[in-house]
Amino acid sequence: MKAAKFKYIRPSSLDEAINLLSDFGEEARILAGGQSLLPTLNMRLSQPKVLIDINRLDELQGISHEGKHIRIGALTRHVDIAESDLITENIPLISEAIEYVAHVAVRNRGTFGGSVALADPAAEMPACTLALQGTLVVEGPNGRRQIRADDFFHDLYETARAPEEILVEVQLPIRRSGESFAFMELSRRKGDYAMAGLACKATFQDNRFLSVRLVYFGTELKPTLGENVMSQLEGREWSETLAEKVIASLEDDLDPVDNLQGSAAMKLHLQKVLTKRTLAEVVQRLGNV
Amino acid sequence: MKSKGAITPLDRQHSYVGRNLSRDKAKRAVNGRGRYTDDITLPRTVHAAFVRSPYAHAMITDIDVDIAKAEEGVVLVMTGAELKELCTGPWVGTLSVFPTMKTAPQYPMAVDRACWQGEPVVMVVANSRAAAEDAAELVSITYKELPVVAHKETALEKNSNLVHPDLKDNLAYEKVIDTGDVGEAFAGADHVVEATFDFGRHTAVSLEPRAILASFEKDTEELTIYTSSQTPHMFQAIIARTLGLPEHKCRVVAPFVGGSFGLKIHSFGDEFAATAASLKLGRPVKFIADRLESFLTDIHARENTVTGKMAVSSQGKIEALEIDILSGVGAYSQYPRTSVFEANQILNITGGPYKHQNYKARMRVAYMNKVPTSQYRAVGHPIGNSVGEALVDLAAEKIGMDPVEIRRRNIMEDNSYPRTTASGIEVADMSHQKCLETLVERMKYDDLVQERNSLRAEGIFRGIGIAAFIKGTAPGPAGYYGAGGAPIASQDAATVKIEPSGNIICAVGVTDQGQGVDTVMQQITAGAVGVLPEMVRVIEGDTDATPYGGGTYASRATAIGGEATYQAALALRAELLRLAGALLQREPETLDIIDGNVVDLGTENIRMPLAEIGRIGHFQVAELPNDIQPQLSHTKRFRLNDALYIFTNGIHGAYVEVDCDTGFITLLKQWVVEDCGRVINPILADEQVRGGSVQGIGGALYEHCIYDDQAQLLNGSLIDYLVPMASEMPDIDVAHVQTHTGVSELGSKGVGESGTGASPAVVMNAVNDAISPFEAKVTVQPMTPDVLLKALNRI
Repeated sequence: MKAAKFKYIRPSSLDEAINLLSDFGEEARILAGGQSLLPTLNMRLSQPKVLIDINRLDELQGISHEGKHIRIGALTRHVDIAESDLITENIPLISEAIEYVAHVAVRNRGTFGGSVALADPAAEMPACTLALQGTLVVEGPNGRRQIRADDFFHDLYETARAPEEILVEVQLPIRRSGESFAFMELSRRKGDYAMAGLACKATFQDNRFLSVRLVYFGTELKPTLGENVMSQLEGREWSETLAEKVIASLEDDLDPVDNLQGSAAMKLHLQKVLTKRTLAEVVQRLGNV
Repeated sequence: MKSKGAITPLDRQHSYVGRNLSRDKAKRAVNGRGRYTDDITLPRTVHAAFVRSPYAHAMITDIDVDIAKAEEGVVLVMTGAELKELCTGPWVGTLSVFPTMKTAPQYPMAVDRACWQGEPVVMVVANSRAAAEDAAELVSITYKELPVVAHKETALEKNSNLVHPDLKDNLAYEKVIDTGDVGEAFAGADHVVEATFDFGRHTAVSLEPRAILASFEKDTEELTIYTSSQTPHMFQAIIARTLGLPEHKCRVVAPFVGGSFGLKIHSFGDEFAATAASLKLGRPVKFIADRLESFLTDIHARENTVTGKMAVSSQGKIEALEIDILSGVGAYSQYPRTSVFEANQILNITGGPYKHQNYKARMRVAYMNKVPTSQYRAVGHPIGNSVGEALVDLAAEKIGMDPVEIRRRNIMEDNSYPRTTASGIEVADMSHQKCLETLVERMKYDDLVQERNSLRAEGIFRGIGIAAFIKGTAPGPAGYYGAGGAPIASQDAATVKIEPSGNIICAVGVTDQGQGVDTVMQQITAGAVGVLPEMVRVIEGDTDATPYGGGTYASRATAIGGEATYQAALALRAELLRLAGALLQREPETLDIIDGNVVDLGTENIRMPLAEIGRIGHFQVAELPNDIQPQLSHTKRFRLNDALYIFTNGIHGAYVEVDCDTGFITLLKQWVVEDCGRVINPILADEQVRGGSVQGIGGALYEHCIYDDQAQLLNGSLIDYLVPMASEMPDIDVAHVQTHTGVSELGSKGVGESGTGASPAVVMNAVNDAISPFEAKVTVQPMTPDVLLKALNRI
């Protein structure tokens, strides 16, 4: 389990990193926290010619309050998200979900940007970013551009980021009154990838769902919106009966894949259970706000 | 033999036996200063990597190593056929105690034909492991795929594909035992319950993987091997025989060993290949299995399907038990301990705690194109206990009797030993009744039942499990290894000697893998001689420095090695008292040794420190009378006589909660009461039970080597192969009943597998209790959410 030979370059500025990416194209990989990349290199599942280590790029660091959103630099470590008051106060969904991200050792090294850019279908942060309708800022040879989370996740490990672009930051909207959040996931052991998971953001008016964002992860090839369920909830008042009714339509939203954790049928079942539990929770939390 | 309960040196106030000494090595390990095989670097070391068969069954039609050989840093490329020429002959993994057993001969690397995915085919040795792996990618092998045997269920059918055509079929071994009159008992029974149980493959997952550093000196023809082994002397014997070396010129050292669990008592081809490379090169060759290789090539275990039925009277008397075992093993019977032990132990111990006299069991062992299986912690017991204890619960349910009560009525009475179990095993010195009543008390069983019942009314589904067990420990020479013909010592030995300083060295054949075997020997020696524990240093894990012994396996270290140590320490003590008597002009019987000083017996007045005897005994011998030759070192051996094992017993309790919507199981609490005879170090014994229980829970809930229809392993990493982790584990309450075994003076039995042996059984029983309101039953391990949800009819 030794990585194949690769060239290692550590640029000292974002411009330099982008130039390197342009030069090497698909032969290069960006090394951020390395928590997903290094195991694949060591198992020789991936043999890039060049590693571009972006850990010294200060431009990608930090969490800050900027107008109506919180900016999370792509190199921000999971541990710093977990310990950030700005996140706790303004983005409660992230604050809740970050505890589910792997184990302490992984959270110490792994980065928020790395997780979102990799877009592992069972990962928590891509799902939350989509649930919160965040904005992803990437920079490439042609400058910066913003990508809405709704447009970012294309397929299994495929995103709207071009190979010569670097994810520099993620902007997440600050919570507003009338909003309630909930996050649930099922994994066999604490810290494992989710077998099934659900990130939820709901807005209420007069106890009725004004709008709901339900993002399912762990069962699809990418974080996936439960659009049928969402649309059926809108304008309705919560009840157990409603929950039973809407989860039937989850079958139209999800198309789980079989894997070693269990069958597609089991995963759909688990997402139905999580849908009921998450919605009940999000309603209860609104009452407690 | 002293009568039980007599005061021995170990029972004295100053004995240090029965106390919680901490392990010297623990601090070193925690500080990251343990020295494992991979931490040892010798000058000129080179590193081996292997090209392994990607197919479960294939002819090797062509191997081209030219490009790999030319790579920078490569010093040797060796094929299986080339390695075969360096071997004295193939391994044949049979034992004469399994008379009709058959297996195919096997070489350390595949020759012409690969029979399991991961079997080594070509070895590349280079200046670094990375360079060896780079070059290994350049080896070109052409395979012709052959039909695969992937499922034990069809492996024994007449038209099945064959793992080894020469064997004519895939049956490794079949055995039937039939005692009493099972047919009559079932025919006349008030009630019969039956079920089929399925157990998935899993593997040991030691923290430190298999590791070897072999160093051959061409000038002296001496071989030194550092390896992560439980059994250095066995390794020495087999390496010498396989590679045609004189045994006395092969030194095997097991330095720090990071867990083993039975994994490190077997012969693995890649380790022999690395040693052969050292012979060829005259350089040290290191091979460390990486995690993927560990999953692919470490022995696996447990893959069994067992159908069982039990006859029970309306009053709850177990009348008869019948089981049929189908055991799925690998492509070869693992050398030298075979792959049929697991099934044989299931056959031996299922229903073992109970008094029924009618028992019939059949075992069939089927070869498949998978990595060989063999002994892993608590061999067969997790399966036999799961089957037996589940059937007892089914019987109890059928007649409406409490699970504790039906066990109370059927377990062997504490005053009824020695006796023979229905399977024909002789057992003695057991305490089922005392263990059961202790368990009921510690669980607060009645309160727990009430709590479960009231929560059930609220839609919270909790379950209580009970599982009694017997466990074979410390195998004797009449059994499988001694009489079976393999070079595995069932005796063990200890040398205890005094140094000039008055300190004591204890060298033992049994070995430590982190469980504290060395600390236990230190305590026994200190207690028996009469010195402070810090005056004793224990040497283990080195064939040059220790007397010949079997090493550590089958929960034998304390039971066998401990008694040898005790006897050697007593012999030294007697000699020290004789010398002291001569020097002090006193009768030795009037003296004692306490905390390193010779004292007057009774008054404990110090007469001379042992350092004085050490000094005189080694240097100023003239101070002794002329007719005394000081014997300052003593070696004693210990073996069992007729007993197959020293059987132990105990009982587990478990309390779990099942989320019936998700199929997730939460372990709330576990209790273990076991009887390992004399406890030398309570904390170490407790942690053996706890760690073992967790390992059993691993098999019950998480661990599973998943293969597809082409016998390809699908989960070869710790991401997909789930080991139990602390967050999910319950608090485990441990208690010991101490019924000394009569076969030794020390009185200790094995303790290392009592957790693992019944933990899966108790968890399965608790889960089935929890889901009983849904009239659902789980009989598959691991009990994944998928399994639970299917049982509950939710998916």
